[in-house]
Amino acid sequence: MADPEFVASFEKICREYAGTPSLLYHAERLSTRVGARVLLKREDLNHTGAHKVRNVLGRALLTKRMGKSRVIAETGAGQHGVASATAAAYFDLDCTVYMGAVDTRRQALNVARMQLLGAKVIPVESGSATLKDAINEALRDWVASVDHTAYLFGTAAGPHPFPSMVRDFTRGIGDEARAQCLEQYGALPDAIAACVGGGSNAIGLFTAFLEDEDVAIYGFEPGGDGVETGRHAATIHAGEAGVLHGARTYVLQDEDGQTIESHSISAGLDYPGVGPQHAHLAATGRATYIPVTDTEAMEAPALLSRTEGIIPAIESAHALHGGLEVARRLGEEKGPDATVIINLSGRGDKDMGTAIEWFGLGDAEEQK
Amino acid sequence: MSAAIAFEKARAEGRAALVGYLPAGFPTVDGSIAALTTMVDAGCDVIEIGLPYSDPVMDGPTVRAAAQQALDGGIRTTDVLRVVEAVAATGVPTPVMTYWNPIERYGVERWAADFASAGGAGLITPDITPDYSAEWIAAADQHDLDKVFLLAPSSTDERIAMTTAACRGFVYAAAVMGVTGARTSTSELAGPLVARAKATTDLPIGVGLGVSNGDRAAEIAAYADGVIVGSAFVRTILDHPGDEAAGLASLRALTEDPARGVRRG
Repeated sequence: MADPEFVASFEKICREYAGTPSLLYHAERLSTRVGARVLLKREDLNHTGAHKVRNVLGRALLTKRMGKSRVIAETGAGQHGVASATAAAYFDLDCTVYMGAVDTRRQALNVARMQLLGAKVIPVESGSATLKDAINEALRDWVASVDHTAYLFGTAAGPHPFPSMVRDFTRGIGDEARAQCLEQYGALPDAIAACVGGGSNAIGLFTAFLEDEDVAIYGFEPGGDGVETGRHAATIHAGEAGVLHGARTYVLQDEDGQTIESHSISAGLDYPGVGPQHAHLAATGRATYIPVTDTEAMEAPALLSRTEGIIPAIESAHALHGGLEVARRLGEEKGPDATVIINLSGRGDKDMGTAIEWFGLGDAEEQK
Repeated sequence: MSAAIAFEKARAEGRAALVGYLPAGFPTVDGSIAALTTMVDAGCDVIEIGLPYSDPVMDGPTVRAAAQQALDGGIRTTDVLRVVEAVAATGVPTPVMTYWNPIERYGVERWAADFASAGGAGLITPDITPDYSAEWIAAADQHDLDKVFLLAPSSTDERIAMTTAACRGFVYAAAVMGVTGARTSTSELAGPLVARAKATTDLPIGVGLGVSNGDRAAEIAAYADGVIVGSAFVRTILDHPGDEAAGLASLRALTEDPARGVRRG
């Protein structure tokens, strides 16, 4: 990022192709409901429907600059896989996406999108057949193909410098939101909120605000069936220090240091580690990380859809649930001008299969 | 006992050393002890014992299947120490190949102490580099254990020098860019890597990844100090499920092939 020409190319593609800066939208009906000003950072409106496009465009640009011809990626929900396939198509690069076999079934629509974009999608059957195993398989590919292949690591986890690159290419979320909030309201927000699986959208939002000590930072982790059940992916809340995928961070692990399978209704958050920068922000107390259960998270899509006409990704629903709780509390403390920015990291189209099951939708006769 | 002793003995006999690998607990804890001691009988100079781990990013499908079988069988880190003790009792050096998290979880100093008292030689650590290993290096030095870090064909000369300077016992040179797994073709990358490593150290250099038979072993023995065979041994046990005697007989025959190979290299 030391080369102004590279940065200028990156910013141009983000602006002209991905549609950034994304809107900072005042959700008025939601605000009235919770008694505080709720601002949604509309990353769901980006090309490909999620914040992930920022990272992959930067990484694909870097891949071209390094003279490589192929990219590989892992994906959980498929958002990063679709984004990678898109960037590969845009930059004329070969693309292979590794995806846990469990997730290819949960997210069949995204598999089809990647294939249509020209990517090869490889289902990973080993281990728990989810995101962590897709990462393992991508790393195995990469050690054998590094001379011509770049690994587009999709989240803020993994070995250095992946977390730094993901932060640098996604920090536009927070840079934009901070400037938009100042411009629209003349003040910084009281709090910001994002969901945290590996933590890419969260580090993208948080980075610009780290020095703003009066801005409270909240990360909402996937609480699955509830942290007490052991079926969750709340790594910071319930994990212990360890090394996973080349990063020292919090890890869900057993007494022998074997990784424990994580669980979340959201494939994109279903990871038993977390980006090391989040581990650091948690350890220093700069950010607060709180689990949100599947049941709690699933209240949010219905609420947001019916009050604002926006269907969020289930990942983002975790941030919404937690962020609205924070907004309610701040509204009680400071009144209706209390401001919370919630990162709406992705749109919910890809999650309709899960929504149909959860809410019993899809049958026009039966629908309540 | 340091693996260096076995390398020196082989060198004195004018040949390369054969290092044989299997994961502990595969097919069972006792089964792995039987298999590893069979490999000692059949001509292995050093026994590399794998510590099964849930996320083995350096391993191909064969070793992964074996490690998963061991994990499904309920292997614990303490069981690995039992396997080390049993195999070390044969008199061959027994380094353990392990991903880092299980060691950190066990406690680095506690591991070094317990592993040394079990008679283990040291650790081969594929997912940490010397510049991030201060705690392990200190514990290994205190307990007189081998520290074996890995070199890859992509390693720069600077990284090679830094890595070999931190090693004790021997240096592990990956013959190919990739993961573990038997390969039939010759690697053109291993020879130059060994030469670059030898320019920086007097330690023995072992070459692993993809060595499948005696002919490949003989080729590598011509320029390296040790030949490391893993997946081919694992495969033959996987191919004899539920028939320990047949598996061990096949393993013995399979071990004798590279054992002859290192003697003609």
